[in-house]
Amino acid sequence: MGVLHPPRYRYMWRMSDAMNLTKTPLEELIVCPICDATYQLQRPKAGERAVCVRCHKVLIAPRYKAGMQIIAIAIASVVLVIAASVFPFLEISVAGRTNAVSILDAALSFTRGPMLVLALLTAGFIIFVPLLRMLLTLYVLIPVVLDRPAAKHAVWAFRISEAMRPWSMAEIFALGCAVALVKVADLATVSFGPAFWMFGVLVVLVIAQDGFMCKWSVWNSLEYPKKR
Amino acid sequence: MEFTGIPQKTVTAREAGLVACTRCNRAWPLGTDVCRRCGKTLVSRDVFSLQKVWALWLVGLMCYVPANMYPMLRTQQLFTVDESTIIGGAVDLAHYGAFGIAAVILVASVVIPLGKFWAIAFLAVSVRSKGTFASGKRLLMYEIVEYIGRWSMIDIFVVAILSALVQLQGLASITPGPAAFFFALSVIFTMLSAQAFDPRMIWDAQSEDDKAFENV
Repeated sequence: MGVLHPPRYRYMWRMSDAMNLTKTPLEELIVCPICDATYQLQRPKAGERAVCVRCHKVLIAPRYKAGMQIIAIAIASVVLVIAASVFPFLEISVAGRTNAVSILDAALSFTRGPMLVLALLTAGFIIFVPLLRMLLTLYVLIPVVLDRPAAKHAVWAFRISEAMRPWSMAEIFALGCAVALVKVADLATVSFGPAFWMFGVLVVLVIAQDGFMCKWSVWNSLEYPKKR
Repeated sequence: MEFTGIPQKTVTAREAGLVACTRCNRAWPLGTDVCRRCGKTLVSRDVFSLQKVWALWLVGLMCYVPANMYPMLRTQQLFTVDESTIIGGAVDLAHYGAFGIAAVILVASVVIPLGKFWAIAFLAVSVRSKGTFASGKRLLMYEIVEYIGRWSMIDIFVVAILSALVQLQGLASITPGPAAFFFALSVIFTMLSAQAFDPRMIWDAQSEDDKAFENV
């Protein structure tokens, strides 16, 4: 794929009337979840995208060797999440006094009374939800990529992983760090710990993984494990 | 939507006697209860969608009021204690000259949440009253609300980082105020409210308009 070429789109072919749609076998149809438009399935080639004509929702976006890439990214992310949450993240010093915190410390800083709920939510959004999503993705995709039968409860695992997608907020936390740093800059000297850089890489990986993953392809391969 | 050569009439799953799974995009005969591919409960249109949207919207709005009235941050420096609300904190930042950051905070904690309350309410009202607004614009609004809602959490994360980091015994310490709790709840409930909205209703209103127009 040439770098300078614009991404190629392929619009779904639409059946001209409802009568034809009812004759098509159900597994040959795809319905847009946003606008309910129904199409006869046409698989785009790797790198192409099938887009709903009415609402422009991307329905299928396969990539060449996406499965392997996602698995690689997920493994790297699991290591990074764990390392980034225990190593020192930021350190401040004023007049000889220093304080170093990890991401886990930051998440658990709300610890008094009802604030505990907030601590658990924050820790969940930044660390546990991304971590769990990566682990579930590995669990679902490894058998699929290796052409094995789908893992036990893989449907259930992928369901949870997808439901958690909006609640994974690593990239928002990253921007929050930038704001916090400016706020503290006047007050004290801030230095970055190793976890700061790990977290930076992690954010890029999380975003890349979301971009590579084609939901429809995963559901389809869970339904027909061998055929793909 | 100006794609020449592509006819603009689409057939919806409901018109074809089908029900769609909104999770895995599989089609099933109308009346099927559960998607046999991914296990999602199937409904052609979520008739309780608007009720859920309004209920969660209201809780979100109720949490947003104390989030702005109580202090978000409590800063202790030597002998002075300073409590600042969301807007107060942004104004302080602007006084120090950090206009960019003040703008980020104001946009993330005031403009986005208020815009979101307005947008969700508008969507929920507009799918009921036919023919007031083009589907394309309503869709754009829905997508913006879905995408941008999570970013309001940024303020909570700033408070979390600050109160963990600035703990210098005797010199300076920052602790979160009650507003942080309410603000987080407000963001969570508005996210849930936006998720409860069934976007398929946007086009139903439009296609009924088209039919009415054809009859004229």
